[in-house]
Amino acid sequence: MQIVIVGCGKVGRYLVRELSEENHDITIVDLDSDSVRNTALEYDVMGVEGNGTSYTTLEEAGIKTADILIAVTQSDEVNLLCCFMVKKEKCKTIARVRNPIYSAESEIFKQELGISMIINPEREGAAEMLRLLQFPSAVDIGSFAKGKIDLLSFRVNKNSILAGRKVKDLTELQKYQMLICIVERGKEVYIPNGDFVIEESDIVSFIAHPGNASRIFRELGIFTNAVKSAIIIGMGQTGYYLAEMMIEAGMKVKVIDIDKKRCEEIAMDIPGADVIYGDGSDVKLLDEEHIEMMDACICSTNIDEENIIISLYAREKVRKKVVTKISHLEFNNVIQSLNLDSVVNPKETTAESILLYVRAMSNTTGSNVQTLYRLKDDSVEAIEFIVHKESELIGIQLKDMKLKDGVLIAGIMRNDKLIIPGGTDSFEADDSVVIATINKGFLKLEDILER
Amino acid sequence: MNYRMVSYILLWVVKVEGLFLFLPVLIGLIYREYQQTVIFLICAVIYCAIGFIGTHFKPKNTRIFQKEGFVAVALSWIVISIFGALPFVITKEIPNFIDALFEIVSGFTTTGSSILTDVEALSHVCLFWRSFSHWLGGMGVLVFALMLFPAKDGSHMYLMRAESPGPDVSKFVPRVKDTAIILYKIYLVLTIAEILILLFSGMHWFDTLCISMGTAGTGGFSILATGCATYTAVQQWVITIFMILFGVNFSFYYFILCKKAGLALKMEEVRAYIGIIIAAVAVISVNILSIYDNIGEAVRHAAFQVGSIITTTGYATTDFNLWPALSKTILVVLMFIGACAGSTGGGLKVSRIVIMMRTVKREIYRTINPRRVKTVQMDGKTVSDAQRHSVSVYISAYFLVFFISFIVVSIDGFSMESNFTAVASAINNIGPGLDMVGPMGSFAAYGAISKLVLTFDMLAGRLEILPMLILLSPSLWKRRA
Repeated sequence: MQIVIVGCGKVGRYLVRELSEENHDITIVDLDSDSVRNTALEYDVMGVEGNGTSYTTLEEAGIKTADILIAVTQSDEVNLLCCFMVKKEKCKTIARVRNPIYSAESEIFKQELGISMIINPEREGAAEMLRLLQFPSAVDIGSFAKGKIDLLSFRVNKNSILAGRKVKDLTELQKYQMLICIVERGKEVYIPNGDFVIEESDIVSFIAHPGNASRIFRELGIFTNAVKSAIIIGMGQTGYYLAEMMIEAGMKVKVIDIDKKRCEEIAMDIPGADVIYGDGSDVKLLDEEHIEMMDACICSTNIDEENIIISLYAREKVRKKVVTKISHLEFNNVIQSLNLDSVVNPKETTAESILLYVRAMSNTTGSNVQTLYRLKDDSVEAIEFIVHKESELIGIQLKDMKLKDGVLIAGIMRNDKLIIPGGTDSFEADDSVVIATINKGFLKLEDILER
Repeated sequence: MNYRMVSYILLWVVKVEGLFLFLPVLIGLIYREYQQTVIFLICAVIYCAIGFIGTHFKPKNTRIFQKEGFVAVALSWIVISIFGALPFVITKEIPNFIDALFEIVSGFTTTGSSILTDVEALSHVCLFWRSFSHWLGGMGVLVFALMLFPAKDGSHMYLMRAESPGPDVSKFVPRVKDTAIILYKIYLVLTIAEILILLFSGMHWFDTLCISMGTAGTGGFSILATGCATYTAVQQWVITIFMILFGVNFSFYYFILCKKAGLALKMEEVRAYIGIIIAAVAVISVNILSIYDNIGEAVRHAAFQVGSIITTTGYATTDFNLWPALSKTILVVLMFIGACAGSTGGGLKVSRIVIMMRTVKREIYRTINPRRVKTVQMDGKTVSDAQRHSVSVYISAYFLVFFISFIVVSIDGFSMESNFTAVASAINNIGPGLDMVGPMGSFAAYGAISKLVLTFDMLAGRLEILPMLILLSPSLWKRRA
């Protein structure tokens, strides 16, 4: 597909990286000639220097033949205007809009301006955080097949019933329709087979039906109750949305912000929140506010370093969950090595939502990637494909397929039912298939075969 | 520096060259020159073996940056030249290695200068390989390799940037690989068009092949002692037109392909290029009218020589050594101007000349009106300071290399006219110069050192100076550079 991306910031570059790897033809547009040039050199894309709101510039970027326009500049107005400029063209438009005033009116934008998708990074980030808070035992949650399959990761602690046992011996779990598909141990990643022995402090990821998740965790001896009280440090846009959502979900929320005016605003806008004016990085203040009585702590200041430090402190104190907001995209491996609890990156979440949309669009032609998660420093991927009706894989029993090394077919979703595949199962058209793999660069389902 | 990846790229180039060496083998079989054919075949097989085995193991870290891009391109050209020269030496057709290297570098860089005193003594296999090297070198061996490369990341752009002629490389389409394919398609179609027209005009098929490939790459190796003088007037006109076509920026053809003829016709570089050609042909025609029988003949020779020199091809239909001084001087000036950027030709490039002239004009204007603000424009866009800076740096580096070479070559003691035009013709990838190295002469008389210097100049000229100078820079080879 031909994609025009306006805005070469963090999200723009993340999209360029992912989409160019998936063989799309990309043109980037930005005012800053240096960032256009550098991005065009780093990735195999075309760069156009100019203002994305000018039709001439967009025409030069090939908008006439493009399939999607993605506007992710700093400014909401520029993004909206970009999409508006190409209303007459046949391409779909995606705009990043972060100002809450506009966000509330996203339906109007969609209908009146013909914008296909409006995305708000802070809201996306907050929604992801809320999901983690409702499921505090999981380190990470990803969902496939429009939320009908979950990929849940958790850390095996010393007294877990899993420690020291082989995967095939876990008979008590078999009734739950789940499959352990990825195990992270230190710096290594494994796609486990039946003889794999799980050890203490491994991070285990499994596929399951969302409805079963809490029962599985209970079976594993891990408490699963949703967070009831939490403290949010830093009330930027993300914190604001999160506080709103948590109160709506019936949680008790205490928020801290360093800016007095902001505190007053919040107190006015979110009456249910307990607003505290002070420095969230001040340990005395945190102790004073009884952080140890809280179920969870969310660090969402605008400074990554501060979030990390506070999280490391809070990890020792709070009872269930620490969520850290990170804005940098490049230091993933360093951040992962810090042993933080859960990390949420609103920019990445935004980019992933856009990718989801783009992938869904390109799926009309073949069994292409639908959803993709990267774990453990990008070395392992969990990918969802939709089986195309002309796929050569249809009707072949799994035991007859010669798969590449390090590929596991983790789940098949058929007619809203999750099938944990065995050797005699086979694919049918329109199935959602989730695979876990340490091989990279799978673009279509057929790529799992050894050739 | 990522040495592993640089050597991987070099092996790719060897592989591509090995594959292309099978073509002269085919010619050899047709002409039953079995002795030479066997040697070419063995070379082809060995190069392929080295290439295929070497590229079988892909390096883990494939990331390269600008530095590696330049080094890989410069080294690739040295490697293909050395490997390309070997068949000449082994077949004993050009027994001296330095001579063979000069000849093949002259081929790959699309120069067309020859050290051969009797071209017609060469076997058809060698003649074909010589001319084929023009075709390959014209668009670039690495650009060709890029089409086959398992392209994933953008680092290939560094390779393309370092190899393509011209101040700024623009991609036609988002992917480097697709751009390379489009370039080669245009190139191939134009070449085939010329081959067909020449065949239709009654030229021998072998001459047609060699001449067309020489025209396409703006090379200029002829396969007859008389150059192109033996061909009929019609054939000479066909060659003239195609030489000029190959000197045009390939974006021009891409715009036409995309049905954006308006944009194509507005390209200031192409307009300036055509303007220079018309002016030069007019002046020279008048100047040489007395030498030839009629106006038609004078215009034909003037147009052929002007087209040949400005596109840096280097074919000749007549010995322009015998022309009056004005005409010869115009030809020497054309040597420096060269063809359009983004074509297969060499020289300083018309776009650089246009930018340079406009900058000079602006500076004059600014001196007269110090407070006026004025920008330099090209194709309706402002030329940035960085672009103007790179043009001035290029021209400075160009003349630095030019004058140093001029001094070294002069040691051999030939006439100043010969030396000056020899260096000019090498660095601009033209072929013939004046006096001793004129269209009917050869470079055979120069000593080994001069030949090596000229070989370096040809490579430097083809790769736009900087990659070759970077190779000579000590800081590149330091471990912690």
